[in-house]
Amino acid sequence: MRLKGIVKKEFIHIKRDPLSLAMAFLLPAILLFIYGYAVTFDVENIETVVCDRDKSSLSRELIEGFSKSGYFTIISYTESYNDVDGYIDRGDAKAGIIIPDDFSKTIRKGGLPSVEIIIDGSNSNIATIALGYVSAIEERYTRRLYPLSKEGPLIQVKTRIWYNREMRSRNFIIPGLIAVIMAVIVALLTSLTVSKEWDRGSMEQLLSTPVKPSELVLGKLIPYFIIGFADTVFAVLMSTFLFGVPLKGDPVLLFLLSSIFLFGGLSFGILISIVAKNQTIASQIAMLTTFLPAFLLSGFIFSISNMPKILQIFTLAIPARYFVTILKGIFLKGVTIEDLLWETALLSLYGLIVFFLAVKKLKKWIG
Amino acid sequence: MDQDIAIEVKGITKNFGGYTAIKNLSFSVTKAELFGIVGPDGAGKTTILRLLMGILLPTSGEVMVFGVSVGRYPEKVRESIGYMSQRFGLYEDLTVEENMEFYCDLYGVDRKERKRRMEELLDFSGLYPFKKRLAGHLSGGMKQKLGLTCALIHRPDILILDEPTAGVDPLSRRDFWRILYGLRNQGMTIVLSTAYLDEAERCTRIGLIYRGEMPMLDRPNNIRSSLGISMVEVVLSETSRARDILLRNEYVDMVTVYGDRLHIGLKEKEQMDSILDMLRSYRFEIKGSREVIPSLEDVFIKRIR
Repeated sequence: MRLKGIVKKEFIHIKRDPLSLAMAFLLPAILLFIYGYAVTFDVENIETVVCDRDKSSLSRELIEGFSKSGYFTIISYTESYNDVDGYIDRGDAKAGIIIPDDFSKTIRKGGLPSVEIIIDGSNSNIATIALGYVSAIEERYTRRLYPLSKEGPLIQVKTRIWYNREMRSRNFIIPGLIAVIMAVIVALLTSLTVSKEWDRGSMEQLLSTPVKPSELVLGKLIPYFIIGFADTVFAVLMSTFLFGVPLKGDPVLLFLLSSIFLFGGLSFGILISIVAKNQTIASQIAMLTTFLPAFLLSGFIFSISNMPKILQIFTLAIPARYFVTILKGIFLKGVTIEDLLWETALLSLYGLIVFFLAVKKLKKWIG
Repeated sequence: MDQDIAIEVKGITKNFGGYTAIKNLSFSVTKAELFGIVGPDGAGKTTILRLLMGILLPTSGEVMVFGVSVGRYPEKVRESIGYMSQRFGLYEDLTVEENMEFYCDLYGVDRKERKRRMEELLDFSGLYPFKKRLAGHLSGGMKQKLGLTCALIHRPDILILDEPTAGVDPLSRRDFWRILYGLRNQGMTIVLSTAYLDEAERCTRIGLIYRGEMPMLDRPNNIRSSLGISMVEVVLSETSRARDILLRNEYVDMVTVYGDRLHIGLKEKEQMDSILDMLRSYRFEIKGSREVIPSLEDVFIKRIR
């Protein structure tokens, strides 16, 4: 009865504050929208300047290979080497292709022609990806030039397999992004609930009743769990329908494991709320302790195995890490619960520990 | 154990960090008493009430409510107490009815009983016409009444009120006291704190709190007569100048200024006329004078001086 009463009361608070409710739904959608478009590793339309000194049919064929690939857009042709430098220095072009005078002559003689390709390395991400495309185009060109050569290509080519060309990097990013966004939203949602009671003076009155700490924590958790769950469903729908990320695994499993994550995240928000006793401080702590770890240390973008050992150990304590693994696994690989036992177990453990910690902290106040 | 004792405070001390807010305090409240905890701001009134409720636990000592230890069984004790905090402790974004419903839920008042009690309390507090109104849109006096109805919803045996009439207009205050008398007549034990001495006079017994101690505990009448001086009230202009002159007189024990009048405490009643003559000789225009019973404020000022 007491639990039901608290849940009912929290729902009335939420209902009477439509702005906060709208934020609870709009914020994750906006974040997903912005980050979904901003964080991408696909490189297309690299501005390229061409210095073709040879001007032969062979050299034109090579240039066409670049422009037709879709990754390079030729913005200008020039006669001098120095002009190429200028374009790249100014940032007008990200790549330059320089074909020497003797390009076709060397090929006809059966020699090894050299083509110089300059890539602006100041954005290392774009550079490495562009480099990959260059190798692929080179290889294709060489194959076409020497189709019958038994010794294989004359141009020495190192091919790098980047992401599967059909698969856009967005597909990898969005599932992890959902985890990061939910980690933040969920803690923010509940970080205000208990601190609000302190701020407006209703806590003392509440403490004078026979209410139990567990009832208070659970009663405040349930309404926000429903909101958090709706947010997750919404984010998954946005990912599949707006961003076209295929969901390979079982949606039921996805939502089930999300619920476990939500429970831990919401409990963490309540714990902050109990300790902070002030709404502003509580929401700031919630932001700080969820966003940065979830963004940087969850394996969302930066691979955990590349981190220093000590940081790797630290990531074990970050629940978003397991949620990222779960979402990426279910979305991209279609994994089942057997593959996610470890993550599920640790998320559950985390949730329970934080929940009991919140209850214990509140108990100190109630009696 | 004495069957008539509702609350027994046994030597409680409360430290906050290095600061001792309450010092070895002992007193008891009998059933159906209207017990006032009186003192200036910061004396420790709220802390004492919180200790009675078990919202705070004492550093040492114990509080018993109907023979049950508050420290050991806080939830059981809270069932029998209704508490109203100094700040409005209800939810401004909930209606009068919703606030009451919430407290019914917290105290486990069942469906059938709930409807009856809510009607009764809404009626008795005069909040019936406002039951659908958001608590935040109520006046100060009505908020106070709502706080009281929520504290009474589980029919407690003891009511604890922390400065219930602070910031409430005089009319609502009188109304509120009428309600308190009504409750006490039904046998409810009421403990309240107040900084208003005129309110303290309405209690059956009061404890004066000063710096975490209770230097006096008695009926208001006894406290007044315990002063052992006679008190003259003189109405005149220039009260502060008159006070300075009076304090130099050897027969004057104390002088308190109340707006346009002075309370002059005299060691001997017979000196009254000569004191008035003296004032006239200083060209004070005396508009009236009479012997009065020392007010609690007089006592209070004298005791804590």
